[in-house]
Amino acid sequence: MTESGDPVTVDTHPNTPPMGEQVHDSAPTIRRVDSAAARTAERPASEGIAALAADNAVFELDELSCYYGAFRAVRDISLAIPQNQITAIIGPSGCGKSTLLRSFNRMNDLVDTARITGSIRYHGVDLYADGIDPVEVRRRIGMVFQKPNPFPKSIYDNVAFGPRVAGFRGDMDQLVESSLRRAALWDEVKDKLRSPGTALSGGQQQRLCIARAIAVEPDVILMDEPCSALDPIATLRIEELMRELKEKYTIVIVTHNMQQAARASDLTAFLTMGDDRAGYLVEMGATDEIFTRPQHQLTEDYITGRFG
Amino acid sequence: MGGALTERGTSLVPSDLQIAPARRRRERLIRSFFLAAAGLSIVISGAIVLSLLGNALYFLVHVDPSALFTDGWFPRRGMYDIATIVAGTLVISGVAMLVAAPLGLGAAVYLSEYASARSRRLLKPALEILASIPSVVLGFFALTWISPNLVQPLTGAPLSNMASAGLAVGILITPLIASISEDALHAVPSYLREAAYGLGARRRTTSLRVVVPAAVSGIIAALLLGVSRAIGETMIVAIAAGGTGGSLFELNPLEPGQTMTAAMTALAIGSDSVRGEALTFESLFFVGLLLFAITLGLNLLSDAFVRRVRSQY
Amino acid sequence: MTAPVQALSARGVVERRLRSDGGDRLGLVLQVALLLSLLISLGVLVVLIGDIVVRSLPVFAERPVDFLGSALSSRPARAGILQGILGSVLLMGFVAALALPLGIGAAVYLEEYARDTRAARLIRTNIRNLAGVPAIVYGLLGLAVFVSSLGLGRTLVAGGLTLAVLVLPVVVITTSEALRAVPATIREAAFGVGATRWETIRSHVLPYAAPGILTGTILSLARAFGETAPLLMVGAIAGTFTSTAIGDMLTGSYTALPTIVYSWSGQPQDEFRALTAAAIVVLMVVILLVNASAILLRNRYDRKW
Ligand SMILES: Nc1ncnc2c1ncn2[C@@H]1O[C@H](COP(=O)(O)OP(=O)(O)O)[C@@H](O)[C@H]1O
Ligand SMILES: [Mg+2]
Repeated sequence: MTESGDPVTVDTHPNTPPMGEQVHDSAPTIRRVDSAAARTAERPASEGIAALAADNAVFELDELSCYYGAFRAVRDISLAIPQNQITAIIGPSGCGKSTLLRSFNRMNDLVDTARITGSIRYHGVDLYADGIDPVEVRRRIGMVFQKPNPFPKSIYDNVAFGPRVAGFRGDMDQLVESSLRRAALWDEVKDKLRSPGTALSGGQQQRLCIARAIAVEPDVILMDEPCSALDPIATLRIEELMRELKEKYTIVIVTHNMQQAARASDLTAFLTMGDDRAGYLVEMGATDEIFTRPQHQLTEDYITGRFG
Repeated sequence: MGGALTERGTSLVPSDLQIAPARRRRERLIRSFFLAAAGLSIVISGAIVLSLLGNALYFLVHVDPSALFTDGWFPRRGMYDIATIVAGTLVISGVAMLVAAPLGLGAAVYLSEYASARSRRLLKPALEILASIPSVVLGFFALTWISPNLVQPLTGAPLSNMASAGLAVGILITPLIASISEDALHAVPSYLREAAYGLGARRRTTSLRVVVPAAVSGIIAALLLGVSRAIGETMIVAIAAGGTGGSLFELNPLEPGQTMTAAMTALAIGSDSVRGEALTFESLFFVGLLLFAITLGLNLLSDAFVRRVRSQY
Repeated sequence: MTAPVQALSARGVVERRLRSDGGDRLGLVLQVALLLSLLISLGVLVVLIGDIVVRSLPVFAERPVDFLGSALSSRPARAGILQGILGSVLLMGFVAALALPLGIGAAVYLEEYARDTRAARLIRTNIRNLAGVPAIVYGLLGLAVFVSSLGLGRTLVAGGLTLAVLVLPVVVITTSEALRAVPATIREAAFGVGATRWETIRSHVLPYAAPGILTGTILSLARAFGETAPLLMVGAIAGTFTSTAIGDMLTGSYTALPTIVYSWSGQPQDEFRALTAAAIVVLMVVILLVNASAILLRNRYDRKW
């Protein structure tokens, strides 16, 4: 477990304690004392989010912790993600941003050792409850990855694959076209739909991946550093695209590019790593607020580049 | 595909997050086919062990113990001298390793440390072709070419002799040893070579003093696997070593001899009569069990060395 | 250095030192020795092929069609390998129909479904060990299980099952390797749009791994084609087909090309030496063609990805 072996956390699932933690009292325990400062600073922000959540939250996280085997990568995160907004998750590398994001659509189920405690509710439904099918979860909560990963197939097949497996019966050509249009890629590829998706430029590939994600009519699009492999111009295109997409979708984007978070998002959540190397939420709020009047010293240090 | 939940306030129920039952059923069905296929390997192993053990135990219980220590291997006369066929196996495997170890390792070091990328692209497939020659072909070659053109002129041995068979077995396992050792040499990180060259070492010194020692676990694994393959090799020996009807205890490679594997073929080919004779059918399985145990031991040992390579880098 | 250094310009000295590897005699000896060990192995290959082709010439010169189209016979002038070809083709049919789906299925389970549990590790180790079991022991398995226990007798069905079991572990291992070479990002992409595991495997993982799987399985079929010892154990030696009706071929006595090579190589007459060589030529042509196509296939796709 954690190096310090500290009696961390409130465990909201006391009867399913994470491996290696059985020694702890199964009753909800006291919070760590040494991060009390961080806790108090975090509270106002959390309350603000609670207010947001009541209205139109897509995701509500309650004391979510993510583990890889005995290692806790993400600790006790409670937050809410509002509908039709772009929420950015920022923080130093290795603090668990990807892990957190991949718990939103149960992508982490694919890692043998991954587990969570706490809960994520999606429109009020516990995503990790029995009987919930990760396949359908991922259909509704799409994902765009760090490195563009088109299938080694044609552009058309890249977009059509998701609807096909989801049992789409309508006009596939039209769905492919509208998805590519919404991903602002149609004009560039309309004459070569049968050529391989891997032959496109990096930025085009990433927009193809976005088209592929929206072709299954998801509700949420998760993006994990979608621009980190792209040049600045392609990056700006994607950001522009995100602003258009937010009309229809809820977007959660992980980025370690501060300017990108500031430019493109409505809300920002800042995560950092504790002494136990587990990432935790320092604060979350409207992006303007976070970047102009951060509540917490850690946030300020990070966004002004004084971190580490 | 369901609704996209874009209108505010639309609520979701858990059953919305399930896939169609037919799709889920198909998923389960396919998964269980794959699981069964994977489980089949356990069934096969079990069947091998059981079929060997059952008949071998029957043999051991019913055989007169003194029949296991006689003047040779003549199963149809009730003489099951295990030492004879073990000795033949060791002689032939020994000759084979004398050929295959230097040739295989030499080829591996050349391919990995000396050959240009282009010649490697030519030479490796050539070795693969050598590896693809069926052993029955090499057996014929041993009997009709190696023995009369190499072994007999030099030694005056009879046409069928263990040395010729051993040479052919050596040729058979050379590509195996070469390819596994080459993998091991290839796995040595290039920074080790660069470090050696950076200190002014020659290629010879780098290959022999740095790369080969670093790959030694893998090379040992290759040699062990080679021995195992040599011991289990059947057709070359059955054709060229000359022990068809049985054999006296023999350690001289220039004489005919009998291995465990060739003894088994001889027993099996006398097919229909095998059942009739007292214990010949069961003795076949006893020898098979012995062979299985020896090769399994060697393979496990080789595996242990391979794992050492993996944990190193 | 042994060369007279003073005769060279300063630049020459430096250059000579920089190229001193060329002056390393021992190194050269080593390099030649290493190359020689490779060339000896390949030289044997050349001698073997040359010798066998020359030996087979009388047969192919006098009665090529007759040789390929005739049944077995104890009279060398009439003996042919048609039955062996038929038997081997049918045996390969069995191997392909059984070992490929089961072997690929097992590999898919181990690489795509199984978590890293003790059971999965046990199966993996078990398959590696099965691949190292001598072929003749598979013959004993076939004899005990297929011929005796299941009562199939010394039939082509029993022989085909035996060979299928023999190549199964190799198919699993090569397929596993091909599946492991599929980038994880492709699976993520498919799962990410809501594909199930099987949909991901069928649409993306298997097509991507197909060249590798195909190469591996083709090579294992080639190996099965030349495999002799296990067939001797399960009784392919004495038999000939009694009729060409498919039912009779499967359930009666049978033979295969490599077992014909074996039984002819034991015949003392010179004519049979030539016949054996000719049968080997046919066997090797098939195996080399199959191997070459597998190698070509692999090289072609290696370049692409
Ligand atoms: N599959 C995995 N298995 C084990 N540990 C992992 C795995 N993926 C990530 N981690 C660990 O979890 C922590 C958080 O990783 P990640 O979520 O990728 O961080 P970020 O995206 O913020 O850089 C890191 O310490 C990382 O080493
Ligand atoms: Mg990340």
